[in-house]
Amino acid sequence: MADPRLVNLTVNGRMVAVSVEPRRSLADCLRHDLRLTGTHIGCEHGICGACTVLVDGAAVRACLMLAVQVEGRAIATVEGLAGAAALGPLQESFRRHHALQCGFCTPGILMSAHALLSAEPKADRARVIEVLSGHLCRCTGYLPIVEAILDAREAYLCGAAEPAGKGK
Amino acid sequence: MTKANTYVGSSMPRVEDQRLLTGKGEFIDDVQLPGMLNAAVFRSSMAHAIVRRIDTSEARALPGVVAVLSAADLPRPIPRIPIRIAPIEGAERFLQPVIAEGCVRYVGEPLAIVLAESQELAEDALDRIEVDFEPLDPVSGIGDARRNATLLHPEAGTNLVADYQVTRGDPAMADDAALYRRTESFRIQRHTAVPMETRGLVAQWDAGQGRLTVRGAAKVPFFIRNHLARMLGLAQEMVELIELDVGGGFGVRGEFYPEDFLVPFASRAVGRPVKWIEDRREHFMATAHSREMECSLEIACTSEGRIIALRGEIAADLGAYVSPTGPIVPSRAAQFLAGPYHVPVLDLHVVAALSSRTPVGSYRGPGRFEAAFFRERLMDMAARDLGIAPDEFRRMNLIAASDLPYSIGQLVPYEGPASYDTGDYRAVFDRCLEDFGWAERRKLDGREVAGRLHGLGLACVIDSSGAGPGEHACLYLQQDGNVRVHVGSSALGQGIETTFTQIVADELGLHPERIRICHGSTSLLDEGHGSFHSRSLIMGGNAIVVAARALRDAIRNAAAARFGCTGDEIRLQDGRACKAEGQSTAFADLAPLEGRGSFGGAEKPFGYGTHVAHVAVDVGTGHVEIVDYLAVEDAGRIVNPAIVRGQKIGAIVQGLGGALLEHLVYDDEAQLRTASLADYMLPTAADFPQLDAVTLALAPTPRNPLGVKGAGEDAIAGPGAAVANAVAAALSRYGVEPKELPLDPPRIWALLAAAAARACR
Amino acid sequence: MKFPPFEFHRPGDLPEAVDLLLSYDGEALPLAGGQSLLPMMAFRLVAPKALIDLSAIPGLDGIELNGDSLRLGALVRWCDVLCSPVIANAHPLLVEAVRHVAHYQVRNRGTLGGSLAHADAAAEFPAICLVSDAMIDVVGRDGKRCIAARDFLLGAMETDLREGELVAAVRFPIWPAGRLWHFREFARRSGDFALAGVAMYCDPDRQAGVCRNWHIACFGLGEVAQRVDAVEAFLEAKPADTAHIREAVLIAQRHLVADGDIHAPAGYRKALATELLGRGLNEVFKAVAGGDG
Repeated sequence: MADPRLVNLTVNGRMVAVSVEPRRSLADCLRHDLRLTGTHIGCEHGICGACTVLVDGAAVRACLMLAVQVEGRAIATVEGLAGAAALGPLQESFRRHHALQCGFCTPGILMSAHALLSAEPKADRARVIEVLSGHLCRCTGYLPIVEAILDAREAYLCGAAEPAGKGK
Repeated sequence: MTKANTYVGSSMPRVEDQRLLTGKGEFIDDVQLPGMLNAAVFRSSMAHAIVRRIDTSEARALPGVVAVLSAADLPRPIPRIPIRIAPIEGAERFLQPVIAEGCVRYVGEPLAIVLAESQELAEDALDRIEVDFEPLDPVSGIGDARRNATLLHPEAGTNLVADYQVTRGDPAMADDAALYRRTESFRIQRHTAVPMETRGLVAQWDAGQGRLTVRGAAKVPFFIRNHLARMLGLAQEMVELIELDVGGGFGVRGEFYPEDFLVPFASRAVGRPVKWIEDRREHFMATAHSREMECSLEIACTSEGRIIALRGEIAADLGAYVSPTGPIVPSRAAQFLAGPYHVPVLDLHVVAALSSRTPVGSYRGPGRFEAAFFRERLMDMAARDLGIAPDEFRRMNLIAASDLPYSIGQLVPYEGPASYDTGDYRAVFDRCLEDFGWAERRKLDGREVAGRLHGLGLACVIDSSGAGPGEHACLYLQQDGNVRVHVGSSALGQGIETTFTQIVADELGLHPERIRICHGSTSLLDEGHGSFHSRSLIMGGNAIVVAARALRDAIRNAAAARFGCTGDEIRLQDGRACKAEGQSTAFADLAPLEGRGSFGGAEKPFGYGTHVAHVAVDVGTGHVEIVDYLAVEDAGRIVNPAIVRGQKIGAIVQGLGGALLEHLVYDDEAQLRTASLADYMLPTAADFPQLDAVTLALAPTPRNPLGVKGAGEDAIAGPGAAVANAVAAALSRYGVEPKELPLDPPRIWALLAAAAARACR
Repeated sequence: MKFPPFEFHRPGDLPEAVDLLLSYDGEALPLAGGQSLLPMMAFRLVAPKALIDLSAIPGLDGIELNGDSLRLGALVRWCDVLCSPVIANAHPLLVEAVRHVAHYQVRNRGTLGGSLAHADAAAEFPAICLVSDAMIDVVGRDGKRCIAARDFLLGAMETDLREGELVAAVRFPIWPAGRLWHFREFARRSGDFALAGVAMYCDPDRQAGVCRNWHIACFGLGEVAQRVDAVEAFLEAKPADTAHIREAVLIAQRHLVADGDIHAPAGYRKALATELLGRGLNEVFKAVAGGDG
């Protein structure tokens, strides 16, 4: 077994140092070492998207990154999405549209949608579906999720949502 | 009386969402206890073999490994997993031991459990366990099973779990030589639920108290508790099952799985908390499969198209053991084979056979998806033979509203006769066709547009709901004026905290924020029965209605005593008990009070509806696009329209997955070849972006106080049938008749190639 | 599905990376984007003793247009390709192909070099390299060597890379103005590996109504992407009509090699590839006739 290594990173705007085995995935590190359990693990082979987080603003599979790969990088997770509010505009839109049922896949989808709308606040339906197709949801049939993301664009256009990766 | 309903009937945002949207839900893998070990299950790599020896010494020697337990470490006799529903006579001969002993019968069957200081180490240890297998021939599929050449359970002398006949009407009636008749064979592929959260448990043995706590219960916590206590030799009250947030169920959490015993047993054995989280690869081999079924079916009709009889055989593959819910699958397929149609004669032979595959259990709409596919496909073929339009054929055979309630007879061996309750099947059918623009779109049937062939397909479905024993609820008015609700129903993502809140809010005239729904854990109530067969709202919801009315009366009486009047004079509004002339008191001042209620035992309600699919088939690639899809269904009464719509859309997309994408593929050695989400294809957002579901509250059922019918399952029954019919319509110029799912591109290509070969002959 | 244990190194330059790889006697693997390697490790299909993370090596993520070639560093990510105005002009076929690579989230991590070294039979990028006559720059114990894509891709997950060698860059010949191209693949779901796909380009002679310099590759149907030289030769300077498309498809049917798996039998894959080829040729011929490049 390889020796643990110390990794310095920023999570939701807070600097942390964490000691991990090289084989520790970013998803497991966030969940079990940093106790940020909002990031979920649904497949551990990069298909379902439940573990999606932002690394320097880009949506990535946290199960397909090692914790040791994020040295010096900024991570954003669902826990940082609302900022000081009870719910951020994207989350509020999901609630309004009943865009979740069991809620297990939801954190990953929120992070992808947040990255998308932060970069492309005018993303059209086809683009939203394209980005969402990197996530699996077994409950909703996706339709209300698409509506929720489209409906949240306004908030990103007028700057009401915080930019990706900054967190609180 | 309380004022008119405010919340029931509204699409109130869900009370569950705040925590789930902020990452503050608590799922099983979020649980972390001091001193907790991680478990990994060592599973059979062979489909069928004698286990000569298991060598765990190298695994035990790995630093950080605390224990490796196999059959030799369990008490004798090794406990067997009980049947929960559908108790078919003779099925008890095929129950699964909680750990394989001497013989393995499917790839993925547990052989040992490793406990280690981390999940990584537990999995490292799996690689160091060695098993000496003596391979046996696998039983690969229904045909193989029925030949009984290789027996999976030699002591039983057969691979057949069930072999029975169900009949209604006089089968001789169907022998009239003047009738049109056609016989066809159909097949549904093995597929399953695949919830996004895999299974998981955290078991904690308290040696001092002699008490076991198991977190991660889902769907049927009391059933698990009762049998776990029995297997461990503990009193029921010393075993507590706790339900956390659950990442989807769709049927497959309704089993007692080997791990439900092994993980608590391991915790007791080592005296430390143990966490086990199923990984996705093992999920595909360890969590119940479903749907694999063959059907040979004859339809007999008058020349005008009136159905006289459906006769034939249903044969289901139940996998290597009879699971707690396994026999439900073929028995419901038989019961629902006639669907919402008037079919005077039904004569079906039902066979359930075992194979060297993962045990089969209930998956959303068990048997209904299959039955609809068999029936609706055959109906389209018959209609075409008779020169009758598919919509006309259905309209003429749907049970008339005036014939409801309609007795369907006794079609399952373990239940009495049943009857459809309320509704207007033809009105809903017509509404669906009208909303879809059937008449106009039908002109596209079989036509080529931009290189693709278009087709329309119909399916009418019906589904029972709210089965099983009753449910219990207890409402507590607390000192702070809030009401806490304890109910035996379980949450799997269907939003019951919200719907139950709406019901209580209306019954008590109380703001939803003052209501808290606690569910699913065995500590909340003496007895509960959980969520299956779309029963949460019917059983749990109505139990809550009864309990809320009891609490309402208690509040009134307490207020009446204070105001010196009778309870009848007290009105409940905005969390206050009010007397007519302006006197009022807050609920909090009357606390503590409670109301208890139960509901159950009544006949089941039947939801029903019509599905219509418009597809475009690319003949060159075999791709089937869902151009549009609509389901119109009747739920009797609707508590939260947005939640019901979510259930319907979700079920349709799952059903479309079964129709077009999902397939658990086994090879000749009975090895599972689709144990990843790359190989087992779930629908994505890009696959079926155009569809809709309309749910009506047309005919409330008299069979429960709320008047509701189950809304979670019936919509999955339609897509396989509707899509296959649409594909047949699109490809009618080639005479292609799909009889097997999924309709994946290679299958479409093969059907077209076969049609071309026929044309050349 | 936790990863098996391994040691982790993050070298600062290529020679150091090569030395590290060699020091493990073939039991270390380079880590680029990790989007193919890490899933295989999660299933414990591979268990390297060490991972050599290439991310700290400067200069591997460059996108450069030189006089005669477009040079892409091995660590250029799919998302970089999609938002690069340089590549949009210099290799539009590549951009279109990359749109079909996996999903948005994976495209934020996956790299060209990783895809090429992984050499999945159904991957888009190796097929683009093959059809484009790309040169692969690799670095190893004996310094640099350049390998033509055709010689680099040997089979299913099999390349010409020797022990200790790393892909450093891929060079594409310059893309002339007016070139016609087509990319088409068919997958069960968007983002899945294709059951078959086709990539092609040619240079039109609009006055003559013909195309020259045909480059055509099919992928996803066999162990490795396949150039259909016989079809290329047949189509050279042939008039753009349907009879020639039919003939080209028949030639392809004779030359393409297909394998079956649980997702599709060989016969289907071959039929699909030729169908896609026919459709692609049809589009290209339409463009010749219509004059829109």
